[in-house]
Amino acid sequence: MADQLSRVFAALADPTRRDIVARLSAGDATVSELAEPYDVSVQAVSKHLKVLGDAGLISRSQDAQRRPCHLEAEVFDLMTKWIERYRRQAEDRFSRLDAVLAAMDDDRPERAERRAQGAAS
Amino acid sequence: MTAGTTNPTTVEADPNLPTIRIVREFDAPRERVHRAWTDPELLPQWLGPKGTEITLLTWDARTGGSYRYSATDCDGNVVYFYGSFHEIRPDRLVQTFTFEGYPDGVSLDTLTLEELDGGRTRATVVGLVENLQTRDMILASGMSKGVIEGYEKLDALL
Repeated sequence: MADQLSRVFAALADPTRRDIVARLSAGDATVSELAEPYDVSVQAVSKHLKVLGDAGLISRSQDAQRRPCHLEAEVFDLMTKWIERYRRQAEDRFSRLDAVLAAMDDDRPERAERRAQGAAS
Repeated sequence: MTAGTTNPTTVEADPNLPTIRIVREFDAPRERVHRAWTDPELLPQWLGPKGTEITLLTWDARTGGSYRYSATDCDGNVVYFYGSFHEIRPDRLVQTFTFEGYPDGVSLDTLTLEELDGGRTRATVVGLVENLQTRDMILASGMSKGVIEGYEKLDALL
């Protein structure tokens, strides 16, 4: 599991590969279609596709003529997990804010106003 | 406040717009939530990931003001964030947010504070960035930190 994960993260660490994934989420595409918007060779895009394929993020069809690339549904699960992790971080943050709010006194808004406008030390 | 229960936090990433929307209710009046968001003594007590120390270097929380702070993790790594306060009102706080390591990326963050019955407050934060890739990178950044933290925790997540 850890190996698969590290391959997925390494694959998605590259902006071109993230862009390829984003474009494949709209539909299957061939290597030459994917290479079109980039200022790189079809070979370079093929290398990116191999990394994505090794990570299990995309598959290639057996259609000998076109061999379009297909995004595996797991990547959407991954996206869901990104959001869930982000949500948990926000939840942790807001739990701490709950504690801060509970400890605050209601008075002295004027003093708070002054503090908000002064540089922190 | 009800002991043992936590108000749910929801996060939505729009599939078509480069936004992240976070909604959370608080068992405190709006003025107090606003103060916790803008007071330089209170904000560092809750902002930032667990185990990270936030130090405000500049903090001028008023319309037209600016801020900059450092975040130091438990290994001593320091990163910096900065931005401007576009508008501060009792029900609304609009600011920009930039990670200094990626100065071309700026998020326009709008916090809306709604007064609810019983002295409660609903906070909605909408962060808007330039494109979907940047938004996804922000969402994924927590994941790459998770890789560093250790695979056991991630395995539990998956």
